[in-house]
Amino acid sequence: MSRSHVVSWPSYLGVFLILAALTAATVWAAGQDFGSFNTLVALTIAVVKATLVVLYFMHLRYSPRLTILVVFTGFVWLAILILLTMSDYLSRGWSIVTR
Amino acid sequence: MSEAQAGALAHHFADLEQQREASALGMWVFLVTELLFFGGLFGIYCVYRHSYYEAFSAGSHHLSWRLGFINTLVLIGSSFTMAMAVYSAATGRRARIVLFLVLTILLGSTFLGVKVVEYAEKIGPCLGDGPHTGCLLPGPRFDGEVLHLEGERAREAQIYFSLYFGMTGLHATHMIIGIPILAIIARMAYRGRFRPEWHTPVELVGLYWHFVDIVWIFLFPLLYLIGHH
Repeated sequence: MSRSHVVSWPSYLGVFLILAALTAATVWAAGQDFGSFNTLVALTIAVVKATLVVLYFMHLRYSPRLTILVVFTGFVWLAILILLTMSDYLSRGWSIVTR
Repeated sequence: MSEAQAGALAHHFADLEQQREASALGMWVFLVTELLFFGGLFGIYCVYRHSYYEAFSAGSHHLSWRLGFINTLVLIGSSFTMAMAVYSAATGRRARIVLFLVLTILLGSTFLGVKVVEYAEKIGPCLGDGPHTGCLLPGPRFDGEVLHLEGERAREAQIYFSLYFGMTGLHATHMIIGIPILAIIARMAYRGRFRPEWHTPVELVGLYWHFVDIVWIFLFPLLYLIGHH
């Protein structure tokens, strides 16, 4: 049988319930004051949810290595786009010269 | 090789497994280009949110997080029914493929319906010759006062709403494209075109639908939940 058949339907239901719980968690976390960490918490929850969807709903965990490499590479380029852009914007106004 | 396999196998592939993996890889390459397509908008979002945090927070507070929350659950639910449709195809349950695809279409349509309600609240007041109170469509009629913002901050909030309409609009466009494709696949399933050995179209539309779900997983906290504490 094909590798995509490994996941059984109760696992799908489990992933769905975890995703729903994490959605509630992200709303709860947004109401808490974590100082400057609120955005980090929200993004971490979103990354966990997206990872669950990619690995189980999209079967990436059971896909050939070539497919995994292609997907991983895509996320690397996205990281370059956002991290390098923000490293510029976030560091503007910094200076090693102290008065 | 069984007769069913021989019918579905294109002559340039060694076997059905290789053919299926090649199709899935092609779909993933497309989805990676989509990732960077949306990624550009997320990049713009990061830069402006960093620069205009106060205006973004005020704009975000004006959205209904409840509608966004309900829509997130609806979309995650549609991803679940989509996964179940692929599972049904893999296990050869024809009626269930159709059932789960129809459920996916219904949940997707529910999501779009809620989106219409949300858009109407913001665009409705911009129409006609009235006072345009509550108009949140970026442009000359944009009403910053409803967000308790004035001058420069109100102009910055227009960037937030430009991104709101741009990102959710592009996301909704993907769903509007996806729903008719789901309907076509459901019709193929109804006609018995899929077998456990070959149901690649169901798998590929599934990948597309889950990708659209992932985009929303990021849009919800980033647009609806800025500075809620």
